[in-house]
Formats: sequence, C-alpha cells, structure tokens
Amino acid sequence: MAHASDDLLETDIDAYLDRHEHKSMLRFITCGSVDDGKSTLIGRLLYDSKLVFEDHLVALEADSKKVGTQGGELDFALLVDGLAAEREQGITIDVAYRFFSTERRKFIVADTPGHEQYTRNMVTGASTADLAIVLIDARKGVLTQTRRHSFVVSLLGIRHVVLAVNKIDLVDYSEEVYRQIESDYREFASQIGLDDVTCIPMSALAGDNITEVGPNMPWYDGLPLMGLLEDVQIDDELQSLPFRMAVQWVNRPDLDFRGFSGQISGGTVRPGVAVRVLPSGRATTVDRIVTFDGDLEEAVAGQSVTITLTDEVDVSRGDVIATSLAPPAVADQFEAHIIWMDDHEMLPGRPYLLKIGARTVNATLAQPKYKVNVNTLEHVAARTLELNEIGICNINLDRPIPFDAYGENRDMGGFILIDRFTNATVAAGLLHFALRRSDNVHWQAIEVDKSAHALQKAQKPCVVWFTGLSGSGKSTIANIVERKLFEQGRHTYLLDGDNVRHGLNKDLGFTDADRVENIRRVSEVSGLMVDAGLIVLVSFISPFIAERRMARERVGADEFIEVYVDTPLAVAEERDPKGLYLKARRGELANFTGIDSPYEAPESPELTVDTTSMTPEQAADLIIDHLRQHGFIN
Amino acid sequence: MTTLTHLQRLEAESIQIFREAVSESERPVMLYSVGKDSSVMLHLALKAFAPSPPPFQLLHVDTTWKFQAMYEFRDRLVAEKGLDLLVHRNPECVERGINPFDHGSATHTDMWKTEGLKQALDLYGFDLAFGGARRDEEKSRAKERVFSLRSAQHRWDPKLQRPELWHLYNARKAPGESVRVFPISNWTELDIWQYIHREQIPIVPLYFAAKRPVIERDGALIMVDDDRMPLQPGEVPEMRSVRFRTLGCYPLTGAVESEADTLTGIIQEMLLTTSSERQGRVIDHDSSGSMEKKKQEGYF
Repeated sequence: MAHASDDLLETDIDAYLDRHEHKSMLRFITCGSVDDGKSTLIGRLLYDSKLVFEDHLVALEADSKKVGTQGGELDFALLVDGLAAEREQGITIDVAYRFFSTERRKFIVADTPGHEQYTRNMVTGASTADLAIVLIDARKGVLTQTRRHSFVVSLLGIRHVVLAVNKIDLVDYSEEVYRQIESDYREFASQIGLDDVTCIPMSALAGDNITEVGPNMPWYDGLPLMGLLEDVQIDDELQSLPFRMAVQWVNRPDLDFRGFSGQISGGTVRPGVAVRVLPSGRATTVDRIVTFDGDLEEAVAGQSVTITLTDEVDVSRGDVIATSLAPPAVADQFEAHIIWMDDHEMLPGRPYLLKIGARTVNATLAQPKYKVNVNTLEHVAARTLELNEIGICNINLDRPIPFDAYGENRDMGGFILIDRFTNATVAAGLLHFALRRSDNVHWQAIEVDKSAHALQKAQKPCVVWFTGLSGSGKSTIANIVERKLFEQGRHTYLLDGDNVRHGLNKDLGFTDADRVENIRRVSEVSGLMVDAGLIVLVSFISPFIAERRMARERVGADEFIEVYVDTPLAVAEERDPKGLYLKARRGELANFTGIDSPYEAPESPELTVDTTSMTPEQAADLIIDHLRQHGFIN
Repeated sequence: MTTLTHLQRLEAESIQIFREAVSESERPVMLYSVGKDSSVMLHLALKAFAPSPPPFQLLHVDTTWKFQAMYEFRDRLVAEKGLDLLVHRNPECVERGINPFDHGSATHTDMWKTEGLKQALDLYGFDLAFGGARRDEEKSRAKERVFSLRSAQHRWDPKLQRPELWHLYNARKAPGESVRVFPISNWTELDIWQYIHREQIPIVPLYFAAKRPVIERDGALIMVDDDRMPLQPGEVPEMRSVRFRTLGCYPLTGAVESEADTLTGIIQEMLLTTSSERQGRVIDHDSSGSMEKKKQEGYF
C-alpha cells in the first residue's frame, strides 16, 4: 500500500509513524446524478492516493474489459461499486464507505447514490459528513438533482460544500462554461443557506485538478480537490459548543465507583466544572474524567469518556450531562423535520419509538404541516409522508427529553423513528424547537377527579373494546352488554362506528392513515369517558394491532378489556347484514377490511368470543362475568 | 482547541458502539478469532468499560486447524487478563474429521466456521455478537452496517439493512433474531497497525518474520504447522523467513516472504507492498461476490 511517496517511510519509519499517527480525520459525502462521475471520482481518489493494490488492479482491468463503460480503459467506477446486483445494473444502490489517506488526513467517504428513489441513502451518508462534494456534469449544468442534493446537504447541516464541475475536459476546459455554472449554483446555494461553497473545475476521468492542478486550466488559480479536502477546518466547531454528554452506560464495577460513560457531543469538560443532569435538572460538579489510560485534565467533543460526579445524584442511561451555564431545554412537544425512509407510509397518530442520543421514548406524529417538494423546494399540503418524502410535523413524546436544535448540535437534535412491530428504522428527524404549549399548558388541576366520579357511580370505570370483522357481531353483542349493565344500574356509554363516524370523525375515510386517526380519536374520547367514571363499550373493527395497543396505553392497561369477536371471514360475509361485503366484492367499496385491507387479529385479548359456537346473549353474559370477576362491577 | 487525531476519533467511535450495543442487548458476546483485528477489538472493549471489565464473554469458534502459535497466544492472554473465553468446535466436524485437505476449503470453512458460529450463538442464546470485520477489507463489507440484523436462521439480507444516521443505532429485534455489531467498521488495515504500535497491543508472533517450514502450493506459501499436513510427492518443507498478514486455518493461509521481525518493520513493509490483505486468504478467491454470498448464509 504505497502511500503518497514519502522518503521518511523508507528512511525513518519511526518518524513516519509519528507523523501519521497524528493525522486528523475528515468525513465527506459525494453527491451527484447517475452519470456525473461520482464513482469515477472516488475510484480516482483511491487510485491517486495509491490505495489500489495490484490484485485489485488486476481485477479492475479484467472487469473494465468485461463490464466497463470506458471502452476497455480503466473504469474507476468499478473499484467502488460493491454488491453483485448493483454491478450488473451499473448503479450504486446503497451507502458505501470508502477510506483513503494522505500525509495530513484520513478520509472516510460516504458514497451515496444519485438517482430519484434513494434520498434515504443520501440522508444517511450526509448525517455524519463534515463536507459534501456536489458533482455537476459540465455539459449539463445545474440540474434538478443538483438542487435536490444541495437541499439535503443544507437540511442535514453540512457546513462545507465543494462544487465539483466535472467532465470539464468534455467542454474543452472552457472557463466560460465553468463560470456560468458557478454563478448559477452560488445563487441557488445562497437561497438555501449554504454559505461556505468552494467551486472547482475538474475531470475525474482525466485526472485534472484531483491531486494536482494540471496544465489544462491555466485560468484556475485555486487548490486541487485533494488540497481542499486537506485544508478544511472542522474541529473547532464542535468544541466551541456548550458541553453536552449523553450517558450511554452507568459504570459500576463496585460499590465505591459510580461513573457515567458516554461520548462528548459538544464543548469541553474539566474536573470541577458545574454541570446539570437533564431532564431532572439536578445540579452537581464533575469530579473526575476517567479513562482506561488514566484520568484526564480535560476532555473535548468527540471523545468517549467516563465522568464521575461529586454528588450522589440519580443518573441513568439516556440522561444528558451538560454545562450548567447553558443547559439544553427540556420539552415533550416539538416541531421537527421528518425524512420518511420506509416503504410503509407514515401513520399520523400511531406511536413510534423515537431514539435520540442514548434515550428511547414513545412518540406520535401529527399530520404533516406540509411536505417539501425537494425539486422545487415548494411547500405542499400533505396528510402523510411516503418513502423519501421530507416534511414538517409536530411531534408529541410520552416523556420530556433534553435537546438542542439540530442546527446547533446534530447529536442533541437528530433522532430516528423505529416501528414498534417491525423494528425497522422508518424515519430520521431533526428537532428545531419546542412548541411553546409544552412549557405553558399544564394539566388543569381538577378537584372532582376520576376516583370521585367512579365512587359516585359505585363502579370501576373501564373500556370494553370490541374488535372484529365487519358483520362479526360486535355491535349486537355490545348492545346486549350495555342493556344488561343498564338494567343493573350501571353507568355506561356505547361508542360505535355509527355514532362516531357520522359526527366526530366524519372527515375521515378508510385509508390506513385515516383508520389510525379514527381510532386515535375514539381512544381519546373513551379515555375521557373513563375519567368521567363510565363503563365504555367501544365497537369498532379496529383492524390494526398497533392502534389497539395505542388505545390500551391511552386508557391504561388495567382499565382496558379487549374482546375479540372471532368470526371467520366466510361466516361474516355470509351474514353481510349491511350488504357491504357484496359491494366490496363488486369493487364498489375500496379498503374494506378482510377484502382488500388487512385485519390483524389480537395476539392476547382479555376475552375471545367465538360467534360460531355461542349466541350473542351467551357472549354478553361471558363479558359481564369477566367484569364481575375483575371487580369492575360487584 | 484540541485537534483529535484520526486514531483518537476512531477509538472514541468504537467505544461508543461497544457501549451502545451492550446497553441495548440482553446477552452480548464478542467473537474472538485470535488475529490482530480481534486483538484491537479486545483492547477497545477493555477501554470502553474501564474500570469495569467488559460485560460479556468472548467466543472463539475454533476449527482445530489454527496455527499452534495462535492457541498458545490465546490461552496465555486469557490467563493473563482473566478473560472469560468460550471455545466452540462444531461437534459434527469433530466427529467427521472435517479438514481442508479431504473436504476442500469451501466445505471446511462453511462447516467449521459458518455452521459452528450459528451453533454457538444458538447454544448460548447470544442475541448480539461483536465481530472484527472492517469495511476496507472487501467491497461488499463497505456497505454493511455497523449494527447488522440477522434472521432467526442467521441470514443477512442486504436489502433489509436499517439506515444508520449520526451515532444512532437501532438494535431492536424480534425474538430469535440477533444483531452482529462491527465496532471497527471504519478502521483500515493501516489504522489497525498504527494503533497496535501506539498502544503496544500484543499480537500473535506469526505476524513477525521468522524461519518457518513452508512448502509452495498453488502459488501460495503454506506453513507445515503440524504433521496433519499431507505432503504431495516432491514437496519438501524448507525453512524460509516468512510472516503472515492475516491468520486463519494454517492450510488455508498463505505466508509472505519477509525479513520484517519488528512492528515498525511490518508496517514499513506493508506500506511499501502492493497486494491487498485478503489475497492471502484462500476462501475469498472461490468466486466473484463470494463474500456477499457467504454473509447472506451467516458467515461473519
């Protein structure tokens, strides 16, 4: 691996190593359209920094002849296109990381794809990048894709941008063409808040302005690309921030030592510094900064350390230790940018897991305020977000978290959303600010509380939630249960599709997103009714496990009785009391549960009622028995 | 203003990964293969949790065909550092005497390593395993995540990889699934050597040049490490000064001729050399894209 020729390497290896062990590191991404020569550029950087080994070169020569696009010449793109499927398509389909180094720096390149459907990969690569190289084909100028990529670069807070006007050899090294592209791009970049842009004309294929300024563009007086990458300063930005460290792990080898391990995400810290633990807000002082190699006098952003505190304060994983001079805000409602990354669209109202720093909480998203057309940057009305869409949403957490705006500190304001059932990472998000509400709106202190309501009615309030296919008999059974309870002097209310869909929820249809919102509202209403001391009977198809779980969590698990009205589809369709199956089968009714929309049966309902083996009366008695046995009624 | 060196940044990143993985799993384990990457990974694990010991066991998926010097190094290290090491040998391989000579390198590797690893993970119920793979080793590795989900059958699906943003890793999994975590993903071979040099990390002596009995077979220098190696007519082991750039099963690991018997000598030689590290490994040559196939089947 002959690194850039270096006499020291051969004459004084110790001096050489000493120098190379003190290199800094820069992470960057390359973005451009499919044919802008991105892979070629990376291949060229690897090749020119002498990082291509002989056996790789042999393979490259063979591959260039077989599948190359350069007429048998070395096709540098083949050096970096990894997975078998992609090599055949000629397109990079995922994020790949490449490494090379020069005398002064080690580089990590996130190679991210340029074509339409993969915004997600670019966001991933951009999230850790200090710098972005935006590639433009000199023959084509600033394209829609250029704008899209630059928008993502700006959104993800990459401060340094290099505009690489590539394939300049194909326009005869024309300064005029280059200047026009540069001015077009600068105008656009300033609109989206990219201020540190360096432009450079180059040819990745021919090697112009990559490691050296060649003779072909005497009019260019800047540095070659490699020189630019070596010169960019990045360390001071993070260290000038206020001190922050998310606690990843509580370090307790024995009873005498209690340390808090984490990676510093901003600022610097020393023993004796006054800090706060968030979200609790407890104030204390840093005692020691402990590492395997001994205690430190100072630690800076980027380092992984273990901190001990002078007081015995309660600190657990996910808490943030921060300077008490400028602690982060704590809130549970935010406005955020959401970048949707999953094939299944976002479902407003459904709880997702939100991971930020070392903390995971439950989060629900409101309907987007708008989504951004990444090509025109226009704001477009939206009810949901689909794969690769970017929007602005309000987000609501089940617990307050410490945070900084993403623009100030990426690690304190960047989060991912995880689907609670598939465990997939479905979105990335950037927190911008807390909604004021959450500071000012407190629960109204109510003197006549839930237990007072319940006591007055001599019953324990609860929700009996009937779920099952249309025509399974939910409402029939629920009506009998209510009648019987009423006869016993109980205070009840029955919520079903008919009385809710016609009023409260008449703005909702039957798409997945609307079904989620439908159930969210019904859960909220039934929760309020439980507070009022009622036994609430809810009769809704409620086809998704996630929403029923949401209802259970809203109401409280010990006051929630899920009744699965189990009727085979064929039987329900045979009954078809409202003629709906017939319509659905004729294609007149879209998104009908059981026909063209799924029904997810409960995994562990409190009660299952098999309507093929018992009458509605028997089912109702079974449910009332359950209520009695569990002390809801006596 | 303090400028962190690239090694400090890599070290801090690996430590963050270790702590995150341990916090988000029930029963983590570290795969320990005795090679230099494992040595670095172990060193990082000691750093990540100090002053506590690493909160997991080490697992060596053995093939019985490693170099003798590797076993000696392993056992001495375990004793010195007081490590909790499990050794697993696929009992079916033991029984049938699977070896690279009679069964071929592909079967040998698949049965001992891939199957052996799956067995061990199932046997002990580990839900997260640290591995020492690096992205610079091979093209398909360049795209693998730091946290890589495996199905209950231990398979890797390159299309179902989770996006990894910032320093946020999603380690959630369904029962039966597991996660493989690669804390040194972003290290290169040179980084590994520089770090070994800076931190004075002990490594197996086979990395240093010495006179060793070797034969030349199919263009590779194979060390005759014990008398289980069947010699073909005309093959006579000769003492040559060689060292190894990677370590595996001795019949499948080619040596390079070298006089470099110091750490700095090795680094110097490596920097001046022109062939890549994995070239010495026989298994990668089987077919193009072979590593990707192996990984889908559960290989590390």
